[in-house]
Amino acid sequence: MHELEITRSLVHLALDEAKKANARKLTVVNVVLGEMSGAVDDSVAFYFELMTKDTIGEGAKIIFRKVPMQAKCRNCESTVSPKDIFWECEKCHSMDIEMTAGKELYIESIEVD
Amino acid sequence: MEIKVLKNILDANDQMAMQNRKLLASKKIMMVNVWASPGAGKTTTMLRTAEALKGKARMAVIEGDVASSIDTVKLTQSGVTAIQINTDGGCHLDAGMINIALQNLPLDELDIIFIENVGNLICPGEFDLGEYKRIIISSTPEGEDKPHKYPLMFTIADACIVNKIDLMPYVNFDIDNFTRTVSGMNGKIEIFKISSINGDGVDAWADWVLKQLETYRK
Repeated sequence: MHELEITRSLVHLALDEAKKANARKLTVVNVVLGEMSGAVDDSVAFYFELMTKDTIGEGAKIIFRKVPMQAKCRNCESTVSPKDIFWECEKCHSMDIEMTAGKELYIESIEVD
Repeated sequence: MEIKVLKNILDANDQMAMQNRKLLASKKIMMVNVWASPGAGKTTTMLRTAEALKGKARMAVIEGDVASSIDTVKLTQSGVTAIQINTDGGCHLDAGMINIALQNLPLDELDIIFIENVGNLICPGEFDLGEYKRIIISSTPEGEDKPHKYPLMFTIADACIVNKIDLMPYVNFDIDNFTRTVSGMNGKIEIFKISSINGDGVDAWADWVLKQLETYRK
């Protein structure tokens, strides 16, 4: 549901940047999407197509670079993937885990003509 | 031609959240964003909190629900200042909605504003509202696995209230396991065990709130 608002914001931001560059056409939006960001890429892509209609972004491609969730054990410093192992370090079995990647939700770049 | 952007997609929301934060700072009001699933006991916790803070801090509640003003009626009938936001289907509150609510609250008569976000453990976590602290309420009948299933909010909250501890004997909730998981995910989180029905543990939670207010105002 909140993909609607996320996409509205995304389209506004991308069109704004394209206009600032005096672009005639927005052709690609490159989005970085963390696995734990809570946004569903298919849903964002669906809204993106609808919301760019009749704008300089009509027909633009949206490309997602997905960032998997990553975490670090604060006890032994090893990298862990808590999603599969229930927030427990495989090596030392500590549950003192810090999420280090996977919350990203930003526009990396746009491509324009 | 490629143009680097590197901007948070929710940039417009974040800017509005900053405006809210500035407005509240000018009035020395601490705002607390409260997250939970539907039925975790957010409103009852707010009522208990209001009782515990009586004479110590003046509070108001911004109520976020998809529809109805049931919770706002409950709060105002108990003498708590409350304002309702209906999201009409929306799954979270955003900073713009909060800005409008702030304009309709008697800010000069308040010390703390609690935002009772829409009952949902996913979407509200992504929207900064301009709050100073974030609280997650998890209730024992929901089960101790919620932090595993919805980790984002647990990793970014400042405090976690475990509500309905009076029901623990009936619902098979291993509180030690829950506490260990949540503290592991978020080394800074404070955990409070309360019963919003009989009031157990509410004083410790209210003391923490007052301590945060003191720190905020410094």
